Amino acid sequence: MSVTPENLGDLSRRTLLQRAAAAGLLAVPAMGVLSACAGSEPEKSDTGGGAKSKDNPFGVKDGSAVKVVVFNGGLGDQWAKEDKVIFSAKHPNVTVNMSSTQKIKTEEQPKMATQPSDLVMNSGADMMDRSTLINEGAIEPLDDLLTAPAWDSEGTVADSLLPGTVTDGTQNGKFYVVNVAYTVWGNWYNAALFKKEGWQAPTTWEEFFALAPKIKNKGMAPYVHDAVHGYYPRWALMASIWKTAGKQVVVDIDNLKENAWKADGVVKALEPWEKLVKDKLLLPGKLDHTQSQQAFLDGKAAFIQVGTWLKNEMAATIPPGFELTLSDYWHNADDKTPKDVFASSGEGFVVPSKAPNKEAAKEFLRAMLSKAGSAKFAELTKSLASTKGSGDNVQDTALASANALMKNGGSELISVKFQDFYADLDKESQNLSEELMAGRLTAQQFVDKMQAAADKVAKDSSIKKQTRTA
Amino acid sequence: MRHGVARFVTGFLALPVALYLFYVVWPFVQAAGYSLTDWGGYSNSQRFVGLDNYVRLLSDELIRKAFWHNVFFLVTVPLFTIALALFLAFLLNVGGREDRAGIRGVFGSALYKVIFFFPQVLSLVVIAVMWQQIYRTDSQGLINGLLIKIGLVDADNPIAFTADPEPFLGIPAVLWWLLLIAVWSGAGFYMVLFSAAMQSIPKDIYEAAILDGAGRFDTFFRVTLPLLRDTISVAWVYLGFIALDMYALVFVMTPSQGGPNHASEIFASVIQFNAFQKGQFGYACAIAVALAIFTILLAAVQLRITRRERIEF
Repeated sequence: MSVTPENLGDLSRRTLLQRAAAAGLLAVPAMGVLSACAGSEPEKSDTGGGAKSKDNPFGVKDGSAVKVVVFNGGLGDQWAKEDKVIFSAKHPNVTVNMSSTQKIKTEEQPKMATQPSDLVMNSGADMMDRSTLINEGAIEPLDDLLTAPAWDSEGTVADSLLPGTVTDGTQNGKFYVVNVAYTVWGNWYNAALFKKEGWQAPTTWEEFFALAPKIKNKGMAPYVHDAVHGYYPRWALMASIWKTAGKQVVVDIDNLKENAWKADGVVKALEPWEKLVKDKLLLPGKLDHTQSQQAFLDGKAAFIQVGTWLKNEMAATIPPGFELTLSDYWHNADDKTPKDVFASSGEGFVVPSKAPNKEAAKEFLRAMLSKAGSAKFAELTKSLASTKGSGDNVQDTALASANALMKNGGSELISVKFQDFYADLDKESQNLSEELMAGRLTAQQFVDKMQAAADKVAKDSSIKKQTRTA
Repeated sequence: MRHGVARFVTGFLALPVALYLFYVVWPFVQAAGYSLTDWGGYSNSQRFVGLDNYVRLLSDELIRKAFWHNVFFLVTVPLFTIALALFLAFLLNVGGREDRAGIRGVFGSALYKVIFFFPQVLSLVVIAVMWQQIYRTDSQGLINGLLIKIGLVDADNPIAFTADPEPFLGIPAVLWWLLLIAVWSGAGFYMVLFSAAMQSIPKDIYEAAILDGAGRFDTFFRVTLPLLRDTISVAWVYLGFIALDMYALVFVMTPSQGGPNHASEIFASVIQFNAFQKGQFGYACAIAVALAIFTILLAAVQLRITRRERIEF
């Protein structure tokens, strides 16, 4: 799974400690279990063989049972229960045994080699490592799901998915992970406040810098960010680089191409951020993610940049009358791709290779990705589903604004890969992003240091190199 | 008969020794073995690379940084903790009523003992989470809030505590703020340890000293301190180990676990990063082995330096 918003949002120090400990404890036994799994041939399923039709493309057998395990995290599990209703309407004679848990790896990994569940939502802090699952042959490729007809709309399942979803779930040329949630990043503001003050939400940096003094006059800071976890500001910085310098520059950066960071437009993209810090438009203090989000909700700052999980994460403390609204990252007037939106899919489902009823598992996924199912998902979680149009009928400012952003976006989605490719570059970019936002680095110094870090990784023979094509 | 005893003892000890070898010694040996490979940690395959990892370790900038940060803690944590613990223990046991007969602590010392010992019953993570709130970097933090109210700190520029890499006396500020927590949480235990040692010093020695006209200062430096040498030396070695660790505090309190921008990087954080984030277990094992050797050497040196003739009483 490329991005799991709930994990990032919930990344408290306690869960980090637990995760580090769990990683240490599980690394060794996990190898044994998974290698045992890869060694033997999967048993032949005895539940398939039902008649295949347009309505039943995988041939689910009447009277069979399917076991679905849902991660009960930031999104809850009510939306999955709604999918069960949708599934049962078409297949009344197939029993769905649904359970939800937060301990996916603890509960599912030991069963992978013998009698796994049919459909597992591999998500949360305790998720199974995706590359390991694929390399050990423990999960099933789901390419036939993509070519199957969509549940309740024209075309195939693949046609109904938002851009990026198929790529995010693909590894080694095969589609393994079905991400059901969709995250959009940008600048959040309170539309009710802006209406009351007569402020216009800026779309460009010029408009923002013109508005900032007015915000300051109201005793508010124009902007707040997470100053503890470096990947928060990095989203914004990388989005700016993409918008200003264009996609190819970010692809070159990900591929460690020589002097990729020195390309035209990179420094220019970061200069507004340098100015934002220098002009003291940030809320004072080095707040972490929940502290900064709360400061934003308390009206101490006008803008904050995070993803669409904000509404769910802070649901308990959003003040009444607060119209949480997402706008795109600001761009410069002469940017190359100003309208491209930063978005990606997350919360992945996998079908274990040894699952006894793979047909029903795939059919359940088809139901989950239906128009009806994804609309329920958006309604219940206030997040977009990875199916097109999931947010169309939901009356919620946060979701509606994210939906609108996706619809008006450019031709490409902003995606950055180097942090998943190289741990060194990940850490260095987090550190330097915070340094830039703390005013201890200029845009030019940031770029020079990132180039040096990238060169170091490129030269290090102990690090396995990876490339992206698109 | 002697033979029978030996067999009896062996029979009893075999199982514990076997468990010890398997669960304690064997992992150490394994780590040393892995340190000679390029094991990634998530597969069964590894390649023998000889001493490559150790050669690489010597030129690793991050490790050099971590080394000096560890040295800083190695010097300051024992120094400040022992000084504070000794001061408190002295006050609580023999510091009271200089002018009157009898050797006792200051008024209310029984209560103070409980209060000072209190941090010791909390787990380190609880302590860290508590100090996160105390160190909060805006006006809602305990220290910042107070200082902003009385005008000592500018509300637009609050103290950043563990997010501050600017040097103070040549050392990044974040390390000083971490040191404060380490000393705060450790002093109580060593105060109790030193108290016990002080109570075992015969009172007549103090009485004789007082009769000879010794004040608090003289009693402490001429009587208490020399007689506590053994206890202090043990405390020193023990605190040395703690100072070489510091993992939980760095991990919980600092941005990017060793930040900001590597300002609080220590051995443990470098090991964690290489093993679990970078997937270079072999290299991480090499760092761990180097750390273990360093620790053992340090303990040996410390014990040798502080070895003296015992004073019997």
